[in-house]
Amino acid sequence: MTPAKPPFWNDPKVRAIVFQVLVSAGVIAAGIYLVRNLLHNLDARGISTGFDFLKNRAGFAVNLTLIPYDESSSYGRTFVVGLLNTLLVSGLGIVCATILGFVVGIARLSRNWLVSTLAAAYVETFRNLPLLVQILFWYFAVFLNLPPPSEAIHLGDSVFLTLRGLFLPWPEPKEGFAWTLVAFAVAIVAVIFLVRWARRRQALTGQIFPSFVTSLAILVLLPLAVFFATGRPLELSKPELEGFNFTGGVAVIPELAALLLALSIYTAAFIAEVVRAGILSVSHGQTEAAGALGLSRARTLRLVVIPQAMRVTIPPLTSQYLNLTKNSSLATAIGYPDLVSLFAGTTLNQTGQAVEVMSMTMAVYLVISLVISLFMNWFNARVALVER
Amino acid sequence: MKMRIVVTTVSALALCIAASSVQAGATFDAVKKKGFVQCGVNTGLAGFSVADEKGVWKGIDVDVCRAIAAAVFGDATKVKYTPLTAKERFTALQSGEVDVLSRNTTWTVVRDGSLGISFTGVTYYDGQGFLVKKKLGVKSALKLNGATVCVGSGTTTELNLQDYFTSHKMKFKPVVYDTSDETVKGFEAGRCDVLTSDQSQLYALRIKLAKPDDAIVLPEVISKEPLGPAVRQGDVEWFNVVRWSLFAMIDAEDLGVTSKNIDEMKKSSVVPDVKRLVGSEAVKHGLGIPDDWAYQVVKQVGNYGEIFEANVGADSPLKIARGLNALWNKGGVQYAPPIR
Repeated sequence: MTPAKPPFWNDPKVRAIVFQVLVSAGVIAAGIYLVRNLLHNLDARGISTGFDFLKNRAGFAVNLTLIPYDESSSYGRTFVVGLLNTLLVSGLGIVCATILGFVVGIARLSRNWLVSTLAAAYVETFRNLPLLVQILFWYFAVFLNLPPPSEAIHLGDSVFLTLRGLFLPWPEPKEGFAWTLVAFAVAIVAVIFLVRWARRRQALTGQIFPSFVTSLAILVLLPLAVFFATGRPLELSKPELEGFNFTGGVAVIPELAALLLALSIYTAAFIAEVVRAGILSVSHGQTEAAGALGLSRARTLRLVVIPQAMRVTIPPLTSQYLNLTKNSSLATAIGYPDLVSLFAGTTLNQTGQAVEVMSMTMAVYLVISLVISLFMNWFNARVALVER
Repeated sequence: MKMRIVVTTVSALALCIAASSVQAGATFDAVKKKGFVQCGVNTGLAGFSVADEKGVWKGIDVDVCRAIAAAVFGDATKVKYTPLTAKERFTALQSGEVDVLSRNTTWTVVRDGSLGISFTGVTYYDGQGFLVKKKLGVKSALKLNGATVCVGSGTTTELNLQDYFTSHKMKFKPVVYDTSDETVKGFEAGRCDVLTSDQSQLYALRIKLAKPDDAIVLPEVISKEPLGPAVRQGDVEWFNVVRWSLFAMIDAEDLGVTSKNIDEMKKSSVVPDVKRLVGSEAVKHGLGIPDDWAYQVVKQVGNYGEIFEANVGADSPLKIARGLNALWNKGGVQYAPPIR
């Protein structure tokens, strides 16, 4: 016997839909009201609105630009330059912090008392000092006390360390360099196939193939051979002191170095703790069983403990990466031209369009953070152990 | 339950919106109601606005604010100061955080037109210059090709620097800091060869160096930088009050009235302009402030010459000559409309 269908004003399904529609309409209406109120008030105060300012000429120079940029570039280009600088320092920072963090985290669990105490001291010191203070220390107390260009510390005659930056020779590719790049690509493909073959062989016969050393050899020797065969088509542009500064070569500015160092060291302290937590989370029975099988401590760590520890390590690691990316905005304190400094600082001040500039900056950081989260979640799903 | 949460949130939102819409045109009323002027000044620039060791603000920009308070309330102490960096100064004024921005800000068309603010006058006619270390042996800005230049962020200085070097076909590397203190630190450490800023700032910053005599200001002045107070658009009465507080001080110097002789002048002078200035002869100014406004301004703060000499001129460590800032009939361009 089916129950009678209630009238539509009593039907819970209909009610649910109606309420949801009303609430959505309310939220959208509130949103529209806020935006219109904002635009009306900006207009009443004579503050210009809209994104047209992105086409206007910026008219100021930038210290570090990864793409060509001169005084006739637009604010839109300034935005891209700032974004690339932020990605540069965040990317390098994530790599350095991860390597350093893993090393310190594992060191803290070492059986050697000196190593573990040093690691503990490192973590406690750098975790507890404010990041801004660390950045200012590295910049003003360390990098700005390097010698001036006229008294530069030099390695040979092409590497110079001064307070204006670290000057390195930069290779300028000439004709025929394309072959070396092709050889490098071929080497990468060869290595992938080699590793796959070695794994399959090990699964079938149990014989270990020294795939790491072999891949390294292929990656280095093959392009090198092609390079020499095509007559060394690479010219080094060396930095030379002319007048006020060094010209030629490539410069690593002290602002980038200070920010990178401070961010990496600070975040590595946190990552070390996360890694240590992950390793400690793996039940001791696993280590003992691996020992009983005759695996060395290093092999146990690499093959048994760390893969299981990654499940616990990756979510907090994601947070640390996001923290590092957002902390890179402290670049304004030392004049590193990142997105916040160039766009939300100088451009905002020159154009006065606070609302548009800040929303763009926030949107960028949101997108970067979401991309990092997405990637880490995918990576987490990949390394997650399938339990019975 | 969920419905209740939703309704509460939406109505709370609506209330917040209603409460926070600031009305344009109400600055003068708000200032009179709260009893003091909220003045936006520099975080610390010698001669213009700097707090001494007791926390008392001094400087020519500070004196302009005190003059406004003297004109509106008859009491030059009714001012509160908000230190602002170059990056936040305009947002602070636009949002209503400060009533007037007296922070060595250059008057340009872009700032007048697109920021929703208006400049009321010129406190100091300045120009951009360069500061270099003597040991570089550079005597002219035209020899600075390839130099590294320290500059403050978000200022007209950055733009003028680029224009100057481009038009003279020279290259440079910029190092951009947030505050002028950091630019000095960078310059002193040797991060850059040249420090660029308004000339008045260069003299003020040079004093902060460990060895001020090791640095020289190059002779080239590469831009016009008229520095003056700014207010929000939309309140014409407030605009007039701020504008005429400055004019009163310039007019007073024109007529030879100082804070020291103003009482005498009030008693004994028969010059009609002086009588109108001190308020013995009534002027229907319609500014909405007391009739003795100019008297209070000059008596409590001083005339333009006095505030110039005390803050940036002969009586101060900066020792900047009057130059362009002298009166119109003494070789400069300071000129105020008559009070009549």
